[in-house]
Amino acid sequence: MTPDAEGEIVQFDNVGLRYGTGREVLSDVSFTLYPGSFYFLTGASGAGKTSLLKLLYLAQRPSRGAIHMFGTDAITMPRERLPLLRRRLGVVFQDFRLVPHLSAFDNVALPLRVSGAAERDIVQPVADMLEWVGLADRMDARPATLSGGEQQRVAIARAVIGRPQLLVADEPTGNVDPDMAVKLLRLFEALNRLGTTVVVATHDAHLLRKVPESLIMRLDKGRLSDPTGALRYPPRRQTGPA
Amino acid sequence: MNDAPPIPQAASRLPRRSAEIVPQARMSGPIPWVIAIMVALMVVAAAGGLALRNTGKAAARELSGGITVQIVEARPAERDRQARAALALLQRAQGVTEPRIVPQAELDALVEPWLGEAVDEQAQGGGQGDSLGVPVPALIDARLAGSLAPARLAALQEQLRRTAPSARVDDQAIWLRPVFGAAQSLQWLAVALIVLLSGATGAAVLLAARTALGNNRETIEIVHLLGGTDAQIAAIFQRSIAFDAIGGGVVGFGAAFVVIALLGRSFAQLQAGIVTGSALGWMDWALLALVPAVAAVVATITARWTVMRALRRML
Ligand SMILES: Nc1ncnc2c1ncn2[C@@H]1O[C@H](COP(=O)(O)OP(=O)(O)O)[C@@H](O)[C@H]1O
Ligand SMILES: [Mg+2]
Repeated sequence: MTPDAEGEIVQFDNVGLRYGTGREVLSDVSFTLYPGSFYFLTGASGAGKTSLLKLLYLAQRPSRGAIHMFGTDAITMPRERLPLLRRRLGVVFQDFRLVPHLSAFDNVALPLRVSGAAERDIVQPVADMLEWVGLADRMDARPATLSGGEQQRVAIARAVIGRPQLLVADEPTGNVDPDMAVKLLRLFEALNRLGTTVVVATHDAHLLRKVPESLIMRLDKGRLSDPTGALRYPPRRQTGPA
Repeated sequence: MNDAPPIPQAASRLPRRSAEIVPQARMSGPIPWVIAIMVALMVVAAAGGLALRNTGKAAARELSGGITVQIVEARPAERDRQARAALALLQRAQGVTEPRIVPQAELDALVEPWLGEAVDEQAQGGGQGDSLGVPVPALIDARLAGSLAPARLAALQEQLRRTAPSARVDDQAIWLRPVFGAAQSLQWLAVALIVLLSGATGAAVLLAARTALGNNRETIEIVHLLGGTDAQIAAIFQRSIAFDAIGGGVVGFGAAFVVIALLGRSFAQLQAGIVTGSALGWMDWALLALVPAVAAVVATITARWTVMRALRRML
């Protein structure tokens, strides 16, 4: 378990978000994420899932409310400390966000290189991970030459390679076939068993049933509901084998 | 599909050079060439300014203290008598050195451009050096030790008048003063050109940095969201722009060197005494080499500043 195991990993208090001068796309969002839990964030398209995840992965400031991450106030935190916080996250962006001029291999290696890992600790793990997601023969390919599903798997490999404390995945199985979707969920579960808190946004209700121990957060027009009661009380802990 | 996912142990973290995160972002194509052209123009302008300054200094050294006594007298016999008297007086005078009567051959050479070859023939025929009835003054060159104050010239003139009433004393530098003035103006022109070109180079680099930033915005945002620091991201651009600026600077300096060498050779062929002092010394070349160096530094700082400013607008 992580050093933060006893406390919460993320806490949102009455968070609201509006883009520019538009209407609020998130209103009064309050929740707590606990270490080692597996969350699904569901809701119709346009409900605000991606917006909520952007707040989670520190790409967006809320218009109001308070956000604490890893025990520190993420809003008042000095800007130069944010990179260290971001390095504890793994993110699967809805639009993948692969670096266009880097190979699949270098894209997956990117988080390790950014955080200063030695090259000898990069080559084998990255190759293994790409092999596991079925891209052993596409390691040198540029993103533009990969299919949508292949790009998505590169994005997922990049998100998990640094063994983050919090994994945030935005519709991570939207472009792969059902078998691959199940396999990728197993990757998230394995990471979760090693202590990572996982948040997967999806509008696919089938996916929820694939992870029985998961907790559900539901967004409806920017408001969070709590069908499993997971968000208000400390949820049951994941106690699977490490 | 049943193998366990290969989730790695936490990797060991060692300090590493940030440029290796992402291969160097290349600047847009024409910028190294723009920098090369700017540097070439600046170096040529600077070399011109330095050569002018050297010329001015050499000429001033050559001419300072030099005086010319003209005996403006139409009758050749009287002119000769006065010239000898003036020479005798100058030889005795305090602080006057190296007085000499400019020989007839030199005088002929001096007036030849205005009066033509006929001078020579007439001179041989007429015996006394006056051609076509045009009297050529006798000239005495001399040097005055110490400063050439107008009062000293006036005093000398007064002494000479007693024995040689037709004598006129001139400071040799006086007739070059407009030339010095023009050279000074050209030097200021060179300085103004360099200032303007520096501004244009800075603007070109700023635009290049912005373009590179725009072209690589996606990469920047991704590295930023993966926890890259501003310094890490700026380094990617800074180095590539520094690289391009150094390349452009070297090419520009090389081109300017060729131009300066060719110009120097064709000036040397003029054999005009005044140009010999204009050659660039090693200090001058060191100054010129500063131009591409400063251009590279300015380009790098501009790039860093542009990227850092754009990054600070991101969360
Ligand atoms: N960058 C943006 N600027 C303005 N409006 C946005 C932006 N991103 C999302 N929205 C709006 O916010 C709402 C929620 O979008 P999003 O968070 O992407 O929902 P979801 O991921 O659940 O489909 C939508 O109405 C969308 O149009
Ligand atoms: Mg979305």
